[in-house]
Parts: sequence; C-alpha cells; structure tokens
Amino acid sequence: MQDFSYVSAQTVPEAVALLDEKGEKARILAGGTDLIVQVREARRDVDLMIDVKSIPEVNVLNYDANAGLTLGAAVECYKIYAVDAICDAYPGLVDATKIIGGTAIQGRAGVGGNLCNASPAADCIPPLIVLNATCVIAGPNGERELPVEQFCTAPGQTALEKGEMLVSMKIPAPASNSSSFYLRFIPRNEMDIAVVGAGASVTLDDAKQTIVSARIGLAAVAPTPLFAEEASALLAGREVSDAAIDEAAQAAQAIARPISDMRGTAEQRTHLVGVLTRRALNGAIQRVRDTA
Amino acid sequence: MARKSHVQTTINGETVEFLCESRQSLLEVLRDELHLTGAKEGCNNGNCGACSVILDGRLVNSCLVLGVETEGKSVETIEGLAEPDKLHPIQDAFLENAALQCGICTPGFIMSAKALLDSNPNPTEHEIRYWLAGNLCRCTGYDKIVKAVLDVAKETSA
Repeated sequence: MQDFSYVSAQTVPEAVALLDEKGEKARILAGGTDLIVQVREARRDVDLMIDVKSIPEVNVLNYDANAGLTLGAAVECYKIYAVDAICDAYPGLVDATKIIGGTAIQGRAGVGGNLCNASPAADCIPPLIVLNATCVIAGPNGERELPVEQFCTAPGQTALEKGEMLVSMKIPAPASNSSSFYLRFIPRNEMDIAVVGAGASVTLDDAKQTIVSARIGLAAVAPTPLFAEEASALLAGREVSDAAIDEAAQAAQAIARPISDMRGTAEQRTHLVGVLTRRALNGAIQRVRDTA
Repeated sequence: MARKSHVQTTINGETVEFLCESRQSLLEVLRDELHLTGAKEGCNNGNCGACSVILDGRLVNSCLVLGVETEGKSVETIEGLAEPDKLHPIQDAFLENAALQCGICTPGFIMSAKALLDSNPNPTEHEIRYWLAGNLCRCTGYDKIVKAVLDVAKETSA
C-alpha cells in the first residue's frame, strides 16, 4: 500500500482544517471498508487519512420519537440494527444495514461511509432517500444541510466541496401509518453487490387503504442512486391497488438508465426496477398494515 | 522510510506495544511485527474472512483495519483461545466434526464463531449460516463447520 500519514482527529474543526489544507489528497477514514481497499489497490491517491471515529458528533446515534434520528457519519451498521426503536421507525434503512457485506464488514462499515463512497449500487442510499434524510455537512465556512438525493453527483463523486465532511444524517420522525422497505436483486442469498436496489416509504391513511404519500429510491440503475420523484408523486391520494403500484413501477422504470456490465444487462436491470419497485412498495404497505 | 507510530494495545489480554507505519494493516502488524501468524491473509480486501479477529468485542476483518487504529483497543486473535493444555470448545468441535481440511480459513471461522457465540450462545442454524457468510472455505462445503458451531452451542447451553 502507498505510504500515507494518519491522524485521529478529535474535533470537527480539526478534521475540516486538515481536509482544507490537503484537499483531494486527504480522505476521511471511518469504517475503512471501501477506503483501505481503494488505497491498497491504488485506485485512490491519499497522503493523509483522517480518522473521525473519536469525534463525538460523528458518532451520534440518537432517536427521538418526535425529533427523529440523528445518525453520525461513522456509526457502524451493527449499532443501528441493535436499537429496537430504530428498527421499528426506519425498517427500510435497517434492511440495508443488514445486507451490506457480512458480519465483519457490518462491524466497521456505516451508512455515512456508504453514502460518501457514492457507489451507484450503495444499498443505504435508496432508504435514506425514501426516508427524507438530510446530510449535515461541516466545512471551512461552517455547517450546511443538503437533501440526501442531491449528495451523490457521479460514481464515487459527491457534493462535498474542498474542506467539507459529512458529520451526520438527520431523518425526520416517521409519520403515523408509515413504513419503509428496501430490497435488492443479487444472484445469491448474501454477500453481493446489488444488480438493482429499490427502496420505498409509504404513509397510509388511518384506514390503511389509501396512500397519503410515498417515496421511491433506486440503486444501480444510473450513475447515482435516484429519487423516483414522478413515480412517487403518482401514488399520492391513490387507493392501495395493484394498478396504482404498477403505474408507479412503470414510472420508476422510465427514469432508469442502467448500463450493462458483469452483474446484469441494461434490459434485465430495467425489468428489475419494475419488479423491485412493486415489491418495495408492497413490502412497506404490508409493514404499515402489520403494525397495530 | 516511512515514519512509524508507537501504538499500545491489548492483545489476548496482554498489553502490547509496537511500532508500525500508518499503511500497515492490523493483519500485517499481527503477522509481521508481532509474529502472531494465526490470522491469515486470503483476499486482503474484506471478502474472505481468513483474517477475522475480534476488535473491542466486535468481529472485524483485520486486513481492513489499520494497525494505528488499534491504539487503546482490545484485540482477540486465535492465539488467545486455547489454554496451554486444553483447546477451546470451538476448536474441539471443529476437530470432532472434521470442520477443516487445508486449515487456511479455520482461524477466521473460529474467531467468527466465537464472536457469534459470545453475543448469542444458542444460535439457530440459519443464524449461524448468515453470521458466517463473510468467511469463505473452499474445502469443507460449510456443512461440517455449521455443525461444529451448532455442537458448541448445544454443549454450552445444555
């Protein structure tokens, strides 16, 4: 592996100052499950790794039924699904944290790193999109917030400017009669990268028959994970029915612009967007109905 | 030559100090600096689990941890399992069930199984299979490994 320096930053301003000084040659180290592999394989040129796991704000995991979730950028996957209240409130996010890598990966990797790595196939990003997550970003000019669907700009590229780092993600408290679901297609049971991933969140009326609002997010069908805005909007006010869900699935397919690669052809991926969008929506609806 | 950092950590219950470069993984530190060669290098990118160790109570791939990150932490490796004249129950169960052939994956599987049983002493076969999904074995076909872990769970919860 190339030589680099290592700093365990203790505060956000310290990490930001180092990032600002070193620019592209500095990278934030959280779980390291992407970054260390990229540097080892000479896919990324790094002079300085800034370990943020000692910074309190980056390790916050705080759920409040009114205020929602604050999820520090370095919080590991296993800590998220260990909290029952988070599993109940954001099951779609928990679906993703349970399928990223195996046990050892989930012991180090987190949602924040998955987001900053900006893979088009990142499992955590569609759930963040459908849960209306906001990124809290710190930089040389202070803090700013950005909707998560605007965070990834290209494969491996993010909206972070020079000197900026992701501190945490904020997810609003779930509305009553709402739930979420994420699934992906892979050719085996476990330990793979999504051929296509789809997440959905739905809010139903009190009778649990009509969709008040819905959001659909897609992975691995475009250079960045997508918010299927039109497909989501189509469902607002519609009675739960196969016809409504099919319409949304078709609208989601219409925005997919997948590539063909070793994991699947563009044609297969477009087909899968329809299948997985239907399953994600039905899964989220079922979860609402299963909750007393 | 790259600058080295001084790191103090606890390995298998003993305080250990070492010097390492930032770019050295925990796996490299264990094997090359501390001569604890139980953890194996398989893929060196987090896919195979041969380098599995327990870091502050949590299973990790030591190839994906930097040595410098372990300052003040606690590391458990396969070398810490057996007593001088007695194997650990998981090691016994692997022998009894013939859960290994070439042995390269075995230290990783045993540490992974230990992390599982430490947190869940009585897992189902399904839970064992998913927990161990990050450890690859090309010899056994996994069945004997899963049976070995089930045996340990049965013995300790009996």
